[in-house]
Amino acid sequence: MSGGHAHALHFHGHSPLHRLPAAVKLVGLLAFVLAVVATPARAVWAFSAYALILMVLLVLSEVPARFFLTRLAIDLPFIAFALLLPFVGEGPRFNLGPLTVSAAGLLGAWNLIAKATLSAGASVLLAATTEVPDILAGLSRLRVPPVLVAIASFMIRYLEVVAGEFRRNRIAMAARGYQSRSALDWKPIAVSAGALFIRSFERGERVYQAMLARGYDGRWRMEGQQVIPRTQWLAGLFPGIVAAAIMVASRLW
Amino acid sequence: MHIPDGFINVATAAGAGVVAASGLGASLRRTGRDLSERQIPFAGLTAAFIFAVQMLNFPVGAGTSGHLLGGSLAAILLGPWLGVLAVAVVVFVQALMFADGGIVALGLNVLNMALVTALVGWGVFRSLVKLLPRRSTAVMIASMVAGALSVVASALAFVLQYAIGGEGAAPLQTVFPAMVGVHSLIGIGEGVITALAVGAVLAVRPDLIKGLSDLKLPRLATTPSRRSIVAFVAAGLVVALALVFLVAPIASGDPDGLERVAIDNGFIESAKEHPLEGPLADYGVSGIENEETGTVLAGAIGVGATFVAGLIVTTILRRRRSA
Repeated sequence: MSGGHAHALHFHGHSPLHRLPAAVKLVGLLAFVLAVVATPARAVWAFSAYALILMVLLVLSEVPARFFLTRLAIDLPFIAFALLLPFVGEGPRFNLGPLTVSAAGLLGAWNLIAKATLSAGASVLLAATTEVPDILAGLSRLRVPPVLVAIASFMIRYLEVVAGEFRRNRIAMAARGYQSRSALDWKPIAVSAGALFIRSFERGERVYQAMLARGYDGRWRMEGQQVIPRTQWLAGLFPGIVAAAIMVASRLW
Repeated sequence: MHIPDGFINVATAAGAGVVAASGLGASLRRTGRDLSERQIPFAGLTAAFIFAVQMLNFPVGAGTSGHLLGGSLAAILLGPWLGVLAVAVVVFVQALMFADGGIVALGLNVLNMALVTALVGWGVFRSLVKLLPRRSTAVMIASMVAGALSVVASALAFVLQYAIGGEGAAPLQTVFPAMVGVHSLIGIGEGVITALAVGAVLAVRPDLIKGLSDLKLPRLATTPSRRSIVAFVAAGLVVALALVFLVAPIASGDPDGLERVAIDNGFIESAKEHPLEGPLADYGVSGIENEETGTVLAGAIGVGATFVAGLIVTTILRRRRSA
């Protein structure tokens, strides 16, 4: 069980962003992304301002730019699609160098790339500065139903169980001389997927029994649920509020 | 399938958010009534499994990435309501902790990937299982059809949202066939995985399958007989063929491929000779409305055909058995 509390996107640190309560960051993220998505595509200046806000936050968070950018790569499939838009888009066409592109498609591509990248950047920043248990605690503070939070907690707890069983499965297959010849080698893949599910389930059942033995009673106790001071709310929501003001301005002009 | 932010406009995303929230609310109410504390860990485990399987992610041309969705598997194992919640949790965690799928688009993603897949999967599974003879093969066939149709339904839901509030500027007649065509193929994979996972659980721990809890399976064959394998393959073929029905109208109209070709030619020719008029200029979208409704209709008929074909074959199989 390597990894402990860390997860793929988390970057350990003690910056002001790391210290903000998760509930504040979640609301701030929602406000920022809402503002970005509601901005008309033509307001290029507004998107530059959002990018600037994001950059300031990135510097404040002390998350290395390289770490941030590689995590942002999740955006790439959409950018690939966006780059197709100028060619398949509708409406009047014009020449851009040697290419004939649709004006609406070009605007659509810009719209998608700008909005998806800025929003994903904000999400990556949240994930990079917030531990998983804190995100769950923040969600439960924001009145997300306890059943959902409990399922999410178990899911994250069991992800390592599934991954561990998967590793053991692979080792067992390799020990018996199995070599994957192609991705279409579906029978062993399918059989091991089924076995993986059963084995993970039975191991998960033992984990659950161990939790019961240690006093788990179906309720999830969250630590640090003290009142969040108003200054922290203000500080955390400040980028979102600025973004909202920019969005309103961009819609008016 | 994870829709990023900015792909669908805010109004549509907000509308989907309201639908998704009320769907989740209804699921919470329904599960709250008969939720044993033992089921929450099982839901968490199923969610973890689906999360792991969803990591097998590959980009698909039509704007989103394709992967297994897992909604029907969750519904069959956990029941529709807890199944919805488990997949919704997967979508939440992906958006908040892995930046996969948008924040404003969360409602859209929960609607498409949790509510639509789990409810369609459950409906198809239950109606097939009730129709078919009580055998483990029948359960697997039902799981397969449920998995396949749930993915296509999810793709249709996306196309509907795109038609209402898409911001891509790609014409609907490109997005529709691409989404439904690709997801018909993904659906086959989803169906096979769902069937095998359900089959594995059925063989070892049938008590865990909520979708069968009220039905009596007389004896569970842990190793499928030869006849049952033949039946399974036959049903698989039928589903695949039916899906071809779904792809066929698209392939014949194929604006995607045609336009792609036109683009390639456009590059070459406009660079060489006539820089002003690439062939794309002729590719105006005359009569969109007709073509749109035409393709949508074709798709809807295709999905219907899949379902009806599945039903017909399974009824025939059943009759032959009882005769």
